[in-house]
Amino acid sequence: MLSIKNINKTYHSEEGDEVLALSDINLEMKDKEFVCFIGPSGCGKTTMLRIIAGLEKPDSGTITVHGEPIKGPGPDRGMVFQEYSLFPWRTVLKNITFSLEMKKIPKGQREDIARRHLELVGLSKFADSYPHELSGGMKQRVAIARALVNDPKVLLMDEPFGAVDAQTRNRLQQELLKIWERDKKTLLFITHSVDEAVYLADRVVVFTSRPGRIKEIFKIDLPRPRDRTSVDANTCRESLLSSLGAEINNAID
Amino acid sequence: MDIGQGLRKRTLELTSIATAIVIWEIVARIIDIKYILPSFTSVVSAFIELVLEGELYRDILTSLNYFVIGIGLAILVGMPIGTLMGWFKSIDRAVDPIIEMIRPIPPLAWITFAIMWFGLTQYAAGFVIFIGAVFPIIINTYTGFKNTPRVLVESGKVLGCVNNIDIIYRIALPFALPSIATGIRVGMGVGWMCVVAAELFAVSKYGLGWKIWFWNDLHHMDLVLTYMLVLGMIALIIDRVFRHIVQEWWLKWQSGVVV
Repeated sequence: MLSIKNINKTYHSEEGDEVLALSDINLEMKDKEFVCFIGPSGCGKTTMLRIIAGLEKPDSGTITVHGEPIKGPGPDRGMVFQEYSLFPWRTVLKNITFSLEMKKIPKGQREDIARRHLELVGLSKFADSYPHELSGGMKQRVAIARALVNDPKVLLMDEPFGAVDAQTRNRLQQELLKIWERDKKTLLFITHSVDEAVYLADRVVVFTSRPGRIKEIFKIDLPRPRDRTSVDANTCRESLLSSLGAEINNAID
Repeated sequence: MDIGQGLRKRTLELTSIATAIVIWEIVARIIDIKYILPSFTSVVSAFIELVLEGELYRDILTSLNYFVIGIGLAILVGMPIGTLMGWFKSIDRAVDPIIEMIRPIPPLAWITFAIMWFGLTQYAAGFVIFIGAVFPIIINTYTGFKNTPRVLVESGKVLGCVNNIDIIYRIALPFALPSIATGIRVGMGVGWMCVVAAELFAVSKYGLGWKIWFWNDLHHMDLVLTYMLVLGMIALIIDRVFRHIVQEWWLKWQSGVVV
């Protein structure tokens, strides 16, 4: 279980200005739950994810995974970044084995594990390709495989499909759901897209514009596999949009 | 067949070189003073003579010896300094002003101190080449490390690569390698230019640079020109070989044969 308690974070600019990025964030996530963060740009949702990943420290508050407080990056939390983050000097397979090398797992064994995960994202044929030879969607699939190879309890995804085209995006969403249903990871997913949130999440957390607070939490009770065009999905989208719309207007004003 | 085809594709280039040589020969014959401009044919015969006597090899080896000392030292010193400056901001701030003060001094200005410190030895010549080569290596290593994208470092951290040494070795260094290779290439170019000046002070009886001065004193301008052309050719060969090695090594390294 992932538990976020009273998280506050303020940024200090070089001119000495203070920007309150996150204010009093509290959230409990059950194991194997799929949660989406949604909110206007600059609302601090990425900061929240980075704090969970251990890449940034909060000013106050605690985060625990199964009761263990987070001190820094750790193998219990995998992360997929918004930008393409594969190591360009490593082949696809070697990108996936990276974390296993850090764990000093023997070469043969780590390549077996990596190949299994590459199969999971349907890219076995590209094991020996370099990242620059892959399309954007393929790069993100490799990044997902690379994050999963450590077998993390929690998978953090920061708008991973933001840069791919709509068709590929739909396919990637389906593939991600398949992986999630198979592996049953706790999944925290940031998105700008209401469609994406309604299609993927068990719960959707709406953030307010700066300072980032949790405004509302929607439970998406649609049965899986979901139909993107169903009436119920539309109802969910509508209520989510109106909640979000007010925030986006605030952010613009 | 392949070579024939290759040559045919290069017709324009070959014609250009041939034309330059013909013009050179004609001009030299019109002027007819070999101190001003030795003819192409006299340079070729001087070159053949030097090769047959075996003297050219000794000159080349002597110059290469200085070159290897200077470049080797420049890599050993330049890469670690560039790495530390590129990675640690405080080291950058502490070291940068010193480097920026020393860097603009032309390498040749160091010759007197080189001889004071190392005597008339190969190390004095090597030192001047070192001064010429070390700054491009420092600066390009620095740039390579400095430009390491944050997302790659953070990916590494999330994947269990957390301490500074691991991050430098496994993420920043591979990312910086192409830039470092460029630095070494530029450094070798500058270093080779310093060879002629470094040999000016008769560190040895051999050496490509020294022979230019030696034959100049005897007014053997055909030999001077021959040595000049050999200096240029060796520089070209060094650059080509280095590029080839880096590319092969880089690719092998990428596919994990060396690791």
